[in-house]
Amino acid sequence: MPTATALVDRSRQVPVQSRKRRFSSDRFLPPLILLPSMAAIVTFVYVFILITIWVSLSRWGTLRMDWNIREPLFFTYQQMFAMPRWHADLRNVFVFTILFLSASIGFGLLLALFLDRRLLGHTILRNIFLFPYALSFIVTGITWRWIFNPETGINLLFDGLGINRWLVSIGAAPFKPGWTTDPSVLFSINDALGHVFPEAQKISVHLGIPIALIPVVVAACWQLTGFAMAMYIAGLATVPHDLREAARIDGASEFQVYTQVIMPLLRPVTVSTAIILGHVSLKIFDLIFAMTGTGPGFATDVPGIFVFDMTFKATRYNLGAAASIVMLLLVALVIVPYLWRSMRKT
Amino acid sequence: MQIGSINLREALPRTIWDWLIVIFLLLVAAFFLMPIYVMVVTGLKQAQNVSLSTMWQLPTQISGGGFAEAWRRLVPNLGNSLQLTIPATVFSSIIGAINGYIFSKWKFRGSNTLFALLVFGMFIPYQSILIPLIQFLEQIKLYGTIWGLIFVHVVYGLPICSLIFRNFFTNIPNELLEAARIDGAGVVRIFLLVMLPLALPAFVVVGIFQFTNVWNDFLFGVTILPTPSAQPVTVALNNLSGSFSVDWNVVMAGAVIVAMPTALIYILLGRFFVRGLLAGSVKG
Repeated sequence: MPTATALVDRSRQVPVQSRKRRFSSDRFLPPLILLPSMAAIVTFVYVFILITIWVSLSRWGTLRMDWNIREPLFFTYQQMFAMPRWHADLRNVFVFTILFLSASIGFGLLLALFLDRRLLGHTILRNIFLFPYALSFIVTGITWRWIFNPETGINLLFDGLGINRWLVSIGAAPFKPGWTTDPSVLFSINDALGHVFPEAQKISVHLGIPIALIPVVVAACWQLTGFAMAMYIAGLATVPHDLREAARIDGASEFQVYTQVIMPLLRPVTVSTAIILGHVSLKIFDLIFAMTGTGPGFATDVPGIFVFDMTFKATRYNLGAAASIVMLLLVALVIVPYLWRSMRKT
Repeated sequence: MQIGSINLREALPRTIWDWLIVIFLLLVAAFFLMPIYVMVVTGLKQAQNVSLSTMWQLPTQISGGGFAEAWRRLVPNLGNSLQLTIPATVFSSIIGAINGYIFSKWKFRGSNTLFALLVFGMFIPYQSILIPLIQFLEQIKLYGTIWGLIFVHVVYGLPICSLIFRNFFTNIPNELLEAARIDGAGVVRIFLLVMLPLALPAFVVVGIFQFTNVWNDFLFGVTILPTPSAQPVTVALNNLSGSFSVDWNVVMAGAVIVAMPTALIYILLGRFFVRGLLAGSVKG
């Protein structure tokens, strides 16, 4: 760096006094420079969250603003947790998160490991897998809605591949799922749960996998598997090649190299990826809004859409605020321990 | 066989397993390209040719398909999105650079705690601040305006932009800063004369990342700008797809148009794009 050396050379002529004055301004200036940004964040994040909490406890349930606290305290939350729609929302967001996380992280890891073998064309393949990440959730949602249209799209592909002809020929019904229009729920565990906890029979929704949610999971994976892959590729770059060689020389099979050497080293990557994608999934809104909306019988409704509907369509501000605070708590549950750990390390 | 630094023998699949991996990767690539194919092909068809039974086939005649109609409908909102995205990206980058510099090179007591407070802001669901936010914007007469939305994107972009710059500046050796300090340069001069000239790559990363974020945003756009003519293009596209009077070829052409700017950035500047996306994982 030529500039740096020049600065050092001239430094010998700088009188000590002026340096002292400099150093004291260096002490109070940094916090002062950060002040506007921090004030903005404290206001627009923390104070606004407190205001939203207040709204969720208030009587402001119509267009007419009313900041008085509703009696009994937390009554809006009680009402919300008694709503069948809210039950469906919580089920959906958990089912969605589990399916989406396991699929995107699993495939992301697989793609990263396969690409890491650096076979022909691995760069262009990597770019293709990551490409959807650059697109808007709205674009993704609209395109996949068209693909999962039960009259055409995927179902037409099944016909084209002769799967349905084969099914009919063996006397089975043709495979024509209604996808986003199908209100039914797979693998419902209500009955099983009812045997153990009689309370569970009071749950107003089927606890299982709503069929209409599956296309949404596919679309989300299409968009974000590339992110998981990129995280793993970056992680793999830090695993030294010598280490793998050493394991091979010690007689480890290729499979053992992966399970015993590489996977344990990738664990922190898995944790980061799961947390980032997990918080995206708990907040999911645009994708579902554009693709299916609330879905048949709220089969694809999630808290993000609930908040939007209650606040901006039904003008039940306290209810919308209460739901958004529950969303915030869910996200904080995932993010705060993660931030705490990564901040302590540095 | 070694040509330059490329080892051809390693690149070509040799074992049966390698061939299976290549075939698997090609199948996955086909899956990833399929929606792009559907978007472009449907967009290029004439309205009367978008029948349900021929969805996967190429258009039979060459024409602009739905693109002319989609362009006509979306062009005002494309303008809004550009007017919104460019200033928001510029302001976010500048403020992010300043914050990142202080957080990495001028740590003071409590600065790490402040940083954690700042970074948490990028993870919150924005639904949980929308009601007070809209009231605030109404108070300062920015509700429903592009400048209001720019302001919102700059404020909520502070955490991620500061984070990327902090990670970048942390890797610049302290000796450089010390040398300038001995020369009598203070906080501001070191930033302007030493750090800024080095920070060009970080500006590219943050610029791309923030441009993509703001361009692709939907929630702020739909809630802060209620008038359709003022809304960003993602909201307009969603409205387009929701109206029954519009054919699917127009909607798909619209999706291609909306995807184009960020897709081009990705194709042309992919390397920087990946760096921005990985920075979101909060490494110190």
